Amino acid sequence: MSFEVRLTLRLGEAEVRADFASDARLTALVGPSGAGKTSVLNAIAGLLHPREGRLLAAGRVLFDSERGIDLSPEARRAGYVFQDGRLFPHMSVRKNLAYGERLAPPAERWITCAEVSDLLDIGDLLDRRTTNLSGGEVRRVAIARALLAAPRFLLLDEPTASLDAARAEALLGLIERIRDAMEVPILLVSHSRAEVERLAGQIVEMA
Amino acid sequence: MSGWLSAAEWAVIGLSLKVSLVAVLASLPFAYALAWLIARRRFPGRMLLDAAVHLPLVLPPVVTGWLLLLAFGRNGPIGGWLEQTFGITLVFTWVGAALAAAVMALPLMVRAMRLSIEAVDRKLVEAARSLGASPLRAFATITLPLSLPGIAAGAMLGFARSLGEFGATITFAANIEGKTRTLPLAIYTGLQVPGGESAVARLAIMAIVLSLGALMVSEWLVRRSGGSRAHVL
Repeated sequence: MSFEVRLTLRLGEAEVRADFASDARLTALVGPSGAGKTSVLNAIAGLLHPREGRLLAAGRVLFDSERGIDLSPEARRAGYVFQDGRLFPHMSVRKNLAYGERLAPPAERWITCAEVSDLLDIGDLLDRRTTNLSGGEVRRVAIARALLAAPRFLLLDEPTASLDAARAEALLGLIERIRDAMEVPILLVSHSRAEVERLAGQIVEMA
Repeated sequence: MSGWLSAAEWAVIGLSLKVSLVAVLASLPFAYALAWLIARRRFPGRMLLDAAVHLPLVLPPVVTGWLLLLAFGRNGPIGGWLEQTFGITLVFTWVGAALAAAVMALPLMVRAMRLSIEAVDRKLVEAARSLGASPLRAFATITLPLSLPGIAAGAMLGFARSLGEFGATITFAANIEGKTRTLPLAIYTGLQVPGGESAVARLAIMAIVLSLGALMVSEWLVRRSGGSRAHVL
């Protein structure tokens, strides 16, 4: 099973519920703004704690309120590409990329820095500071950083948001390549119908 | 330069620097830990802790000195224990002056550090965790380096505050020449004796030089740590 998500989350006054299972290589999570799509990703990454439920990713139980399982974020091994990039501002691009790679067990790494630089076309950015990258560059570096941490599954939050059409197209092609070439299930949050229909093997609607 | 100040005046400056440096360096880890607790943790008694840390800022310094005397005096609960167990006496010693300076400097140090810890985006810490970092590693690689400007600012403020400490010091450590007579106490003493004005002027100039020096050193530290957007104050 790629993903199995059943949870109830409390966010202030609001309550978010999700219940789906998917065996697709790429599962898309769609729904209106405020439906709690990002919250579901945060819960899977271990950054939010559901009131109750069960979360499973890449065949591994991450959270199960009945059995008292709640893995720490670092133990979940999520490759989380945040919508806002979240590159570390005090490190060069190269150090950002190395951050997760250094912490991943060598035997579990499935891509090298050279490969990922090639794939994402960021070889020229390696010695730059992250504070003067463009939006598209930030997105690509964030994806590279997530891949290098040897994740067991990927969480992509609106990866093409705020990119121009050409950049978005290039990134979609890249996500397709990752989807087809690598053995990691992907959960994608998107508001673009066309994007979702092109990429996803299964689409989950959130109300 | 050495002829400009008398040997006794150099001793005053040396003592002041020693007291202030020890006060800042010894309280730095405590101040940072307190700042982190107040900035990042939610626990019962947090407001009370925050208030207690700020107390020396609002209390008359003489009261702080008197409270130190009660706690750390020879018959005080902590002072008595220190003396019996380690043979350490704080009252009327330069270590006592450093303690008084540290307590008075603590609120300023905690404030500066707390602001800079709060300014570190928690989302970056979350990103580090999701990349495999333990809470401790995320702290050491993200929160700590990004709050460095606040540490430098806090240390500088604390040093300047220590250098100028008067009320708590004179109450707790007294005004003993060569032992606890720091720069402000020496200036005060100079004003009490006839013909002391020129010594007062020389010491006051040294106080200005040292304070400006502390400011410039910490600005330089902040800039070197890569904080282009960071200003000390």
